[in-house]
Amino acid sequence: MSRPKSRRERGREGSPWQGMWAVVGKEMADNLTSARMQVLEILIALSAVAAVYGAIQTIMDTVSQDPFVYLKLFTTSQDPLPAFVGFLGFLVPLIAIALGFDSVNSEFNRRTMSRVLAQPIYRDALLFGKFLANLFTLALVLTAIWLLIIGLGIVRLGVPPGGEEMARALWFLVATIFYGGIWLALAMVFSIIFRQPATAAMAAIGVWLFFTVFWSMISEVLAQVISPIRYGFPQEQIAQLQTAIWLSRVAPNTLYSEIALAILHPTVRALGLVLPIQLSGAILGTPLPLNQSLLLVWPHLTGLIAATILLFAVGYVMFQREEIRA
Amino acid sequence: MADFVVETRNLSKHYDGFAAVDKLNLRVREGEVFGILGPNGSGKTTTILMLLGLTEPTEGEVRVLGFDPVRQPLSVKARVGYMPDQVGFYDELTARENLIYIAKLNGIPRAEAYRRIDAALEQVGLTHVADHPVSTFSRGMKQRLGVADLLIKQPRLVILDEPTQGLDPAGALEFLNLIRDLKRQGISVILASHLLHQVQAICDRVGLFYRGRMVLEGTVQELAQQVLGGGYRVRVHAKGDTQAIMRNLRGLRDVIEVRQHEDDKYEVLAKRDLRPDVARAVVEANGNLLTLELEEPNLEEIYARYFEEVNHESAKVAA
Repeated sequence: MSRPKSRRERGREGSPWQGMWAVVGKEMADNLTSARMQVLEILIALSAVAAVYGAIQTIMDTVSQDPFVYLKLFTTSQDPLPAFVGFLGFLVPLIAIALGFDSVNSEFNRRTMSRVLAQPIYRDALLFGKFLANLFTLALVLTAIWLLIIGLGIVRLGVPPGGEEMARALWFLVATIFYGGIWLALAMVFSIIFRQPATAAMAAIGVWLFFTVFWSMISEVLAQVISPIRYGFPQEQIAQLQTAIWLSRVAPNTLYSEIALAILHPTVRALGLVLPIQLSGAILGTPLPLNQSLLLVWPHLTGLIAATILLFAVGYVMFQREEIRA
Repeated sequence: MADFVVETRNLSKHYDGFAAVDKLNLRVREGEVFGILGPNGSGKTTTILMLLGLTEPTEGEVRVLGFDPVRQPLSVKARVGYMPDQVGFYDELTARENLIYIAKLNGIPRAEAYRRIDAALEQVGLTHVADHPVSTFSRGMKQRLGVADLLIKQPRLVILDEPTQGLDPAGALEFLNLIRDLKRQGISVILASHLLHQVQAICDRVGLFYRGRMVLEGTVQELAQQVLGGGYRVRVHAKGDTQAIMRNLRGLRDVIEVRQHEDDKYEVLAKRDLRPDVARAVVEANGNLLTLELEEPNLEEIYARYFEEVNHESAKVAA
């Protein structure tokens, strides 16, 4: 080896961020003008309006005095429509996958990859730029919908929103964006692995279906294997239930729905199994302060963010090692 | 060092034990057009990617414009333009938007970028379609847009990988003229291609790649000397005493071989342009010179002959 190892490790010149904002700008422009995005925006806006209108009807009929009436906009359902939270749990992964599944492989397929990487930027800038642009697009769409819902609420309910409920609604928005981040990172990993965008999309949707449909069943079966009930003691039953809950939390959609539950329902004091003894001294039905609700879902939030970062890191390593020649 | 825009020393790249590039020593001088020839899989593209720092060499040293592409890829890529084979653009964007993106990636200030983009589009003759989406472009137009794309960063060296592949003859000719323009602007050019007559028409020096090595290097004349032992071919049509003409032609200096076709047609294979000497020889043999034409050394012939020999050799080894 004529080149000593230490020399190569002395690092490379310049910043890995050079050119990143150019990538972000270009990708966001692409996202916002693409037909795919416009279809999804219309879909999500329609579902938002439908769900919230249904909710407003119910709220005006039933609730007279509620300090968190705006949170009910997100969570109240009226048959046959599900609540907006339910819609989001379903639509956010779809949008995120739609944004990410062809972000890397399309550059190869259009034969633009080597031309772009021949510019004075590192691969880091390209991948980070694409991820950030997709995340910003997602955030933009969700924020717009969020504002639309609050606005509808102000017009139809005629009650000024309170500070606490706005803070909760904002945290909910943040959680929703990071929930999208997981699926986005997953879709981008698949777009690095598979050269065919269709394959990448199918793989990402497959993972999503697995977690939404099958994981709850699988986690119950696994719980029976991991914590079997041998003698029928209550401890064993509790242990099995606990295992099932922990396993189900591997699925991002479970994490997200628990976050939504705790943040949008201030009266929720615990997630998962609660024994009567743990409730002694609690005044049931009274709302928790925001920071207590946040404490409740803090592990969930960090879990969502950690999973996003982990998935992105996997994609990052693979992209760095990828051969550029098509 | 200063005279060479590219210099490699024992540059190698191995993929799973297979040597795509094997101890390559390549030198490209400032201001020249250097042609890289070779069959598919002979390591041309791998070499180019290593020059740009897009692939890390397994072994050996590279200097491009005095920079090391492994450690200073940004400096190299800011000064070297690369046009991959079958260059692609964002189809839904216009030609100008595509170039603006490249200018932004290069960190060129906006006003300066717009000026350079206009100048580059002008130079490649795409000004009239600057605001049309690239999806409406023909292959030749995309290829020219590729050149405009190189010009944006005002490179000192451009590397073109199979730039004329898939172009119609007129488009290819136009493209070669663009390369001549680059050279006139003082830009060094590395051109990898299969199209030998185009390489011959435009390159100052060529290197022949085979199995990851550069097996031949030099001007076409030098290669002809090495492979064909000459390469200049003078065709003579002369009436007169065949015996005397043949004797005189054979007696010339630097003649390798004289052949007679038909009655009064001769072919002289020589190491240099022998036309004046041939004319004199015919006249001195009291012959009537009718036509005299020179065929310069031909890269296709060199290429074919070289691989004929290589295959012959390897057949011998195998046997």
